[in-house]
Amino acid sequence: MNKTVNQKAWFLILPVLILVGFSAVIPLMTVVNYSIQDTFGNNVFFPAGLDWFRDTLQSDRMWSSLRRQLTFSAIILAIEIPLGIFIALNMPKGGFWASFCLVMMSLPLLIPWNVVGTIWQIFGRVDIGLLGHTLARMGIDYNYTQDALDAWFTLVLMDVWHWTSLVALLAYAGLRSIPDAYYQAAKIDQASRWKVFRYIELPKMQGVLMIAILLRFMDSFMIYTEPFVVTGGGPGSATNFLSIDLVNVALGQMDLGPAAAYSIMYYLVILLISYVFYTVMINLDKRDGMK
Amino acid sequence: MAKITFENLAHSYLADPTSPEDYALKELNHDWVDGEAYALLGSSGCGKSTLLNIISGLLSPSQGRILFNDVDVTEAPTAERNIAQVFQFPVVYDTMTVRDNLAFLLRNRGADPTYVAQRVNQVAKMIGIEEELNRKARGLTADVKQKISLGRGMVREDVNALLFDEPLTVIDPHLKWELRTQLKALHHEFGHTMIYVTHDQTEALTFADKVVVMYDGRVVQMGTPEELFERPQHTFVGYFIGSPGMNVLGATVNDSSAMVAGHEIALGRSYGAPTGKVELGIRPEFVRISTEGPGLPARIRRVEDVGRHKIVRLEVGAEKLDAIVGEGVSVPADGAVVSFDPAAINIYSNDWRVAPKGEVAA
Repeated sequence: MNKTVNQKAWFLILPVLILVGFSAVIPLMTVVNYSIQDTFGNNVFFPAGLDWFRDTLQSDRMWSSLRRQLTFSAIILAIEIPLGIFIALNMPKGGFWASFCLVMMSLPLLIPWNVVGTIWQIFGRVDIGLLGHTLARMGIDYNYTQDALDAWFTLVLMDVWHWTSLVALLAYAGLRSIPDAYYQAAKIDQASRWKVFRYIELPKMQGVLMIAILLRFMDSFMIYTEPFVVTGGGPGSATNFLSIDLVNVALGQMDLGPAAAYSIMYYLVILLISYVFYTVMINLDKRDGMK
Repeated sequence: MAKITFENLAHSYLADPTSPEDYALKELNHDWVDGEAYALLGSSGCGKSTLLNIISGLLSPSQGRILFNDVDVTEAPTAERNIAQVFQFPVVYDTMTVRDNLAFLLRNRGADPTYVAQRVNQVAKMIGIEEELNRKARGLTADVKQKISLGRGMVREDVNALLFDEPLTVIDPHLKWELRTQLKALHHEFGHTMIYVTHDQTEALTFADKVVVMYDGRVVQMGTPEELFERPQHTFVGYFIGSPGMNVLGATVNDSSAMVAGHEIALGRSYGAPTGKVELGIRPEFVRISTEGPGLPARIRRVEDVGRHKIVRLEVGAEKLDAIVGEGVSVPADGAVVSFDPAAINIYSNDWRVAPKGEVAA
């Protein structure tokens, strides 16, 4: 087919460009603007070069937040992925109970973040919370507001409660797409339950598990509301994750320059990791496509 | 390798079957000979997959017994039956190499590694995939994957039967022929009992020693391709096998003559006086068309030239009739008269064939 060249066609995408400009590019550019300028007030700015980036990279506080953040993501991934697969493997295959399980498991996913935070904030309190009070009555020294370990325990438990369902639902979808013939072949080949999992179920779930890991990593790496409501970053700075630290810099101290540099680097890290995941997934698809 | 015996075998997917219609597989008594190739042929939903799943042990029959070499295996799990099954879509363990795929069962049984290595090479040679042994199973073509599934079954030397569930569905046409030929060669060379499910008559007729035609949950005929062609026991067999299928015309039969559309046809054999719905079956290959002479007056509706021969679609009275004539034969424009080869006529009563007097039961 012959296509006529008409550069005026660019005008057709102008509305989209304007919308995207207002919704994404302009706010982002404001941040970029702040990150390379300094001010002594009165709305007078002067260029600061890459000083804010240098400062942020040399800040111990940022590095310890990053360490905490990575530790948190690693822990919840290490729990939620295997647990989600385990739940998916043990869910009913069909009928009323399958639907029932699906609905019950979706419930935590539908609760807003700050509500989840509030629920656990109260749930864990020693004076009135079911969990905190019960543990205290059992003689266990538990107090998430004073003990760093307890605070971590509460946050991890909360995240597992909130998000394992997502992994389980994805894994369940992956499992349901495996044709029965595979299980029949495995029976004929006298494969053990473990080998069925290792050589049939796991390879077939690979795609959805990659998505689950990506989603859970990104979400947990950006987590803010829940720890903010439950611990507010405390006790001390034990649960001061990157986003909480960033908000402290930006709104607590009103250090807009360093905060802007901080958020740009934060954003780039997430972008980088997502890109790596994306590349891996696309390559998996390609390998599958070559039949 | 084994003889397979079915004793009063029947299956219903309902918990509490009452009428014969509730049965997906109606009562079956048969002995399948060791080392023969059987094809289960029938349209979708006729019960052939149900029967196959009962043989492989994926399904437990509602009644009756199934025996391998006179040993009751009705309740034995699939793993203990030593059967191999090739499915409609290739089932391979994607993440393993071809070699590991073939060795999977032997390793699951805890066989000696040197034996495993030797046996895998042997099987790879039998099915001709030695080249691919070290490749990952993922990314191979469908026909190679089907060979791997077959090979996975053949690694056990004590295999009782090889089952094929429409294995060529996803294979390209030119490879279909090649793979089928290879299957036949394997069968000749190693003499496994093979059971092949298909709805494609060409596949069934070229592959099997015995073709088992199923219709509505029942085995309507089991026989060699010639028997199915010459003496279809049921009108379904008549029109399911052959292209086009057998012509079935309503008739009244009195001893050795039949009346079709008001004309008498000599049958050459004596049938007594069959009752019920009586029909005359004649394959298109044995219908002759001429312009005059004795026979049934017919009207030509259409002529289809398929290259090797012509298919003539006719009408006799209100009924349709097909005939196959050679390329060189000219077909009259109108007013044709058809006659049938008496030896090729079969008489049916309520869809089942009536044996003429004096015929030795097959």
